[in-house]
Amino acid sequence: MDTRVAPQVRPPDPSGAKVASPRRGGLRRSLVRALPVSPAVILLLLFLAGPIGYCAYIAFTDLQLTGQAQSSFVGFDNFRAAFEDEAFLNAVWLTLVFTVLSSLVGQNTLGLALAALMQRASKPVRTVVGGIVVTAWVLPEVVAGFLLYAFFRREGTLNAILDWLHLPSQNWLFTLPILAVSFANVWRGTAFSMLVYSAALNEIPKEITEAAEVDGAGGWRRMWHITLPMIRRSIGTNLMLNTLQTLSVFGLIWVMTRGGPSGKSQTLPLFMYEQAFQKSMIGYGTAVALLLLVVGSLFSVVYMRLLRTEV
Amino acid sequence: MAIPVARTTARPTVRTPLKSRRANRRLAADAGLLVLAAAFALPLVWVVLSSLDPHAGLKVQVPDGVTLDNFDAVLTPDITFTPLLNSLILCGGGTLLTVVCSTLAAYPLSRFRSRLNRPFLLTILFATSLPITAIMVPVYALFVQVNLIDTVQGTIFFFAASQLPFAIWLMKNFMDGVPKELEEAAWTDGASSLQSLVRIVLPLMGPGVAVVTVFSFVMMWGNFFVPFMLLLTPDQMPASVSINEFFGNRGTVVYGQLAAFSIIYSTPVILLYVLVARRLGGGFALGGAVKG
Repeated sequence: MDTRVAPQVRPPDPSGAKVASPRRGGLRRSLVRALPVSPAVILLLLFLAGPIGYCAYIAFTDLQLTGQAQSSFVGFDNFRAAFEDEAFLNAVWLTLVFTVLSSLVGQNTLGLALAALMQRASKPVRTVVGGIVVTAWVLPEVVAGFLLYAFFRREGTLNAILDWLHLPSQNWLFTLPILAVSFANVWRGTAFSMLVYSAALNEIPKEITEAAEVDGAGGWRRMWHITLPMIRRSIGTNLMLNTLQTLSVFGLIWVMTRGGPSGKSQTLPLFMYEQAFQKSMIGYGTAVALLLLVVGSLFSVVYMRLLRTEV
Repeated sequence: MAIPVARTTARPTVRTPLKSRRANRRLAADAGLLVLAAAFALPLVWVVLSSLDPHAGLKVQVPDGVTLDNFDAVLTPDITFTPLLNSLILCGGGTLLTVVCSTLAAYPLSRFRSRLNRPFLLTILFATSLPITAIMVPVYALFVQVNLIDTVQGTIFFFAASQLPFAIWLMKNFMDGVPKELEEAAWTDGASSLQSLVRIVLPLMGPGVAVVTVFSFVMMWGNFFVPFMLLLTPDQMPASVSINEFFGNRGTVVYGQLAAFSIIYSTPVILLYVLVARRLGGGFALGGAVKG
């Protein structure tokens, strides 16, 4: 950047007041100031906004990987086809199950439980438990997938434990694959909620809970009437972020089940991948991707409103 | 591992019933937590034990003899070194690009007032939480058209772009924490914005830059779908994709070696996380996004 511009960038201002509107400095100064943002903006436009725009375009075409030289505009055909496609509806249903089980119920509740227990536990226990849960979270997606694959396989740890307890064992990845991958996602994702809730619970003034305790309110009542209302903003943002993360899980399920057997754990990202690449229907796969993006955007907007950020 | 912890609830109280009730409660909380932690630990215990077990299977079992043969077997150029080097190039390149671009972008956003700041930051925040997985199919189609498919630089660019929104957001928040007064002196002495950014702001927000760097790197290191889609040549695959080889092409799965490789591949990110965990206070992704 040009050194000579500098005095204009910030004119000596003895009062210390903020420099007023950019209009006063003129266009040139605004451009110079905006210059450092440009590499980021170019990258974002080319590699993020571009693909999203392209996504919105090819979702309305019959683009295929092979055979066809030209693709043509087909309007809403891909979407119409999707809603008549049982495999798509199955994927929508499984995505719902996966999200509700693993994100809303699993990660969220377990994360809150862990955070609440940690408030009361002794320090060494807190450190050990926190370490284990966070390690599960930091592990690369594929490694987490393999560990849980081993855990749920017929000859894996879960069945060994069930046998030892004389409970019926079964081939989890075959009989209840969506349940298995949901548990895997809980295992991997709970640390995030735990950290959010630990931070939120730490901010509740001790006096309030202590006063309630002296007044004789039990643990559950304090949780329900005091703690939960006080951290409701954290609950909202945490639910949003969990849901958004869960919507885009691919590697974990891919490693554990590849979406199978016969589509029984095929959530939307895996369905999208199968249509686009294994069946070479890029247009159709992209239409599914666009739907996923739209759902994600809705969640994203709600999340921003919850955050009510002062940008 | 360092994670944010609550203040201890114990505080000298006059009323003994309350005190003993608290002690009981702590015992109960400890017990509950340890049970939960055991469940969380099982898969981790499996990977550690199996990596040392000459006859590793799929369930947690104490090995009858401890051996490093599994590590020995996977520490070859083909299985470990090339994929890890590929990972390092991809994630290193992507991280470098992310950190440089986000630092530059954060500076005017944090220092100057403009009518465009708010819309820009809101767009960035919005992009932060888009499901990137969804756009991988169009990205693939686009990359095929512009001949970026199966190139390392194309993958690096996409990695950087996908990480940028969050990086800019975090970086801007960290930069806001550096008082403006320190720069004003430099400005009156005639320093340019770039000079004051490099000489004054960046040194003061070193920890913030470290957090963004480590976070970006860890996210890319563990990412499977992006290189899985954008790279085709096996020689270019990072560890996140090459680990699949253990299942597919090598016939029977040698679980001990798979476990050993998983440990080698995971160790760098765990170490990096431990390094920055204290800085993060409220946890990784929360520093900027949740606290707002």
